[in-house]
Amino acid sequence: MTALPSTRLTSAPDSRTLFVIKTVFLGNPVTMVAALVIFIFICVAILAPLIAPYDPLAQSYLTINIYPSAEHWLGTDQFGRDVLSRLIYGSRNSLIFGITAPFLAAIIGTTLGVTAGYFGGLVDRLVTRLIDLLLAFPELLLAIIIMAALGGGFWNIIVVLTIAFVPGFARVARASTLAVKQEPYVEAAISVGVRTPTIIIRHIVPNIAAPIVVLMTLWVASAIRLEAALSFLGIGTRPPHPSWGNIIRDGLNNIFGSPWPIIGAGLAITVVVLSFNLIGDAVRDVLDPEGGE
Amino acid sequence: MNDVLVKAEGVTKFFGGEGRLFSKEKTPQVRAVDGVSFEMFAGETLAVVGESGCGKSTLGRLLLRLLEPTGGRIEIDGTDLTQISKEALRNSRRKMQMVFQDPYGSLSPRRTIAEIIAEPLEVFEPSMSSRARRERVADLLEQVGLSPDIMDRRPRQFSGGQRQRIGIARAIALNPALIVADEPVSALDVSVQAQIVNLLQDLQQDKGFSYFFVAHDLAVVRHIADRVMVMYLGRVVEIGPKSKIYAAPQHPYTQALLSAAPEPDPEGNTKRIILQGDVPSPTKVPSGCSFRTRCPLAQPICSSERPELRQVAEGQLAACHFAETNPIRQ
Amino acid sequence: MSRALLKVENLSVDFGPVSNPIRVLNDVSFSVGRGQAVGLVGESGSGKSITSLSILRLVPEPPGHIAAGRVEFDGCDLLKLPRNKMPEIRGRDIAMIFQEPMSSLNPVMAIGDQIGEAIKLHRALDSSRRRERVIELLKLVGMPDPVSRLGSYPHQFSGGMRQRVMIAMALACDPKLLIADEPTTALDVTIQAQVLELMKKIRSEVNSSILLISHDLGVIADICDRVVVMYAGRVVEDGDVKSIFRTPKHPYTQGLLQAVPRLADDRERLYQIAGSVPAAGSIKQGCPFFARCSLRQNRCQEQMPPMFQFGSEHSAACWVTAEEEVS
Repeated sequence: MTALPSTRLTSAPDSRTLFVIKTVFLGNPVTMVAALVIFIFICVAILAPLIAPYDPLAQSYLTINIYPSAEHWLGTDQFGRDVLSRLIYGSRNSLIFGITAPFLAAIIGTTLGVTAGYFGGLVDRLVTRLIDLLLAFPELLLAIIIMAALGGGFWNIIVVLTIAFVPGFARVARASTLAVKQEPYVEAAISVGVRTPTIIIRHIVPNIAAPIVVLMTLWVASAIRLEAALSFLGIGTRPPHPSWGNIIRDGLNNIFGSPWPIIGAGLAITVVVLSFNLIGDAVRDVLDPEGGE
Repeated sequence: MNDVLVKAEGVTKFFGGEGRLFSKEKTPQVRAVDGVSFEMFAGETLAVVGESGCGKSTLGRLLLRLLEPTGGRIEIDGTDLTQISKEALRNSRRKMQMVFQDPYGSLSPRRTIAEIIAEPLEVFEPSMSSRARRERVADLLEQVGLSPDIMDRRPRQFSGGQRQRIGIARAIALNPALIVADEPVSALDVSVQAQIVNLLQDLQQDKGFSYFFVAHDLAVVRHIADRVMVMYLGRVVEIGPKSKIYAAPQHPYTQALLSAAPEPDPEGNTKRIILQGDVPSPTKVPSGCSFRTRCPLAQPICSSERPELRQVAEGQLAACHFAETNPIRQ
Repeated sequence: MSRALLKVENLSVDFGPVSNPIRVLNDVSFSVGRGQAVGLVGESGSGKSITSLSILRLVPEPPGHIAAGRVEFDGCDLLKLPRNKMPEIRGRDIAMIFQEPMSSLNPVMAIGDQIGEAIKLHRALDSSRRRERVIELLKLVGMPDPVSRLGSYPHQFSGGMRQRVMIAMALACDPKLLIADEPTTALDVTIQAQVLELMKKIRSEVNSSILLISHDLGVIADICDRVVVMYAGRVVEDGDVKSIFRTPKHPYTQGLLQAVPRLADDRERLYQIAGSVPAAGSIKQGCPFFARCSLRQNRCQEQMPPMFQFGSEHSAACWVTAEEEVS
């Protein structure tokens, strides 16, 4: 063999990640729209102080229950606060909970599930029992129990949502690990002497990533819903600070005064949840190991 | 040539037989490999043949300690693999590699060909620069008859035969002394099978490694093996040089196996020995000689006394009470 | 043997979208005479299984689509038959044995009932006569102690015994044609020998024609009178079993026969056909074997050779060997 072109020897471009991103977002116009929607919402959340026309907490007796107008695009609530501004500020809480909690839960749950699935034995039994225990409670009930014990507050909500989501991730990760562990390529890696941590990171995790990522996008939606539910019950984001959940709760007391807070927040939740679900579907289609490319 | 590379003594592997929670019953015990002893010499090809469930693949994995043996000793190059620590075992994997049956499952679908072949190099030669590694991968690909240009592609773009070549390139990357080949051609098309058999032979001639070649097809084995070991229900029933096993098999099972395979010749399938019944379940191995339930020569002694492997000709051992007086022998 | 029982003529099958179909079966013609056993040999992607599915009109549509051709069975074109008439033919006139008997048997139904049902569908027999017929069939396929196994379920049988049950089911209504798709591939060698022996016995005792589909030349040589060799969706050679195995005319058949390892030879090296089997539909023009052929000439790439006659019962699609034969 003669000298090889050096480009081939030095460059091992991993275009896989790029490819996934490209295919997910550019493959289908619906997914593109969904991605755009989420991007806009994130921008709005970050730039809330610049975008919001009013202070979301400022009350005024002069502007109670105004219907949409040029000054207040979505009207005002029973305290005279601008609904649009509250929605914009509320997106911060809702999105932070919606993204952080599933993300943390995915990391913790996957670690637990992969460990249990790969090593089996006692570790597996302990983890499975823990998962079963947590799964015995509906998410919302579990969240309420923990909130009752810990009390409210930003970090407590994150902790609660994360704990509520961990078992789902752990269960999926464990089941997928059990399946992938049987693949001949894992045995092949063991037989060439690869160390266990490397096998887990290199051969197990990438091959169980698809269901985990899909679950994550689906649970972004659940987290927003759950935060809304907790706030609605009065144990989530504390009033007067807005989140989409407690905007709906406050709105419900005043539904005959003005339906606009409920309509606005409900619509926002629906659109974001739908977008994340659509992206989840697209990710699943692309990450399937035998599909694509 | 006569250095002993592998020495197995009384190797056993049982699956199951564990107690269950809240139950006095135990799960049924499968005696997958039951007291197997043999030696393998450096540079030779020892083929292990038998039907499904005879324990041949399990034995191959026990040699590499991909499975923990229930009992017995396995020495490779003088070190007893069953006694050494996890870390020492990992280090000794440099000397022994495996080629898998399933060309589709044995290559990780998400990794490039270069990453797959370079994995053993990464483990055992971490100081190698990535450029040198890619050069080595290119070299290995050429050795197995593939173009180095494919190294940044992924396995799904290749046919079964090409994938099997990639698997072989990974196995020979570290120049091992022993390669366990677990049915490496049985999943391939006939026209591709011959390519892989020839490739394995060429590589052996070039590098001098030994093959522990697991197969069910006696015709393929004839072309690659130096010695043949026949297994039935976890035990060795006959072992010997290829010339003797094919020309003068002594165990009635070997004889049946040889005559059962249909030859691609419309007039070549005349005198066939048809065994009665099925292979018994490995959870209920018959007493005495495990083959007696299907054996055309079975006598009362076969159910009471288990025949040991004994020499029946030079270098040829068979486990049958009637090996010498066997009437169906050719 | 007056007229052929089954005549497949110029059968072509496409898969995939109508705008850009993949031709998996291209102009396939062959026939099966009454009482004859014909072997269809080929490697993966040769189209041998699609051929058998097309005969029974079991090709999933879509994505499959029978693009052209006739399948004449017992004087009538099966492809022109209304779809609802096909179930009458399947099972009664044409029966099929599959590679994996476990998945073709209902796991929750006793085998006596399953075979009985196959009879009930096509024949009016009262239940005691039906039972007799089931026992008779099980005896025919060599099931030990058939009366007591009537109530057993598929999982209680070994692979070989399940295949026997499948064969009994297939023979339930004395079909005129038995299509066996890799019937012994999933079985161990000694069990395969039993099933092959059974199929030979059936040939001599039951007057069915057999279409045996296999990749295993040994199995074909053992059972069949005629052999049809397929490659990449086309028939490349067709002839009686002796001339195919003794004097193959197509370079693919020649190579295949040389590449097969045999028990009774001492060759140090196996003959190898270069390259790999082409993916279905990847060859659009010329001889499908061109890229791997040792005899290839320029025109092979441009023009698909027709089937040339080599003797009365033997034909092959190769320009080069046909020319040699003439000169």
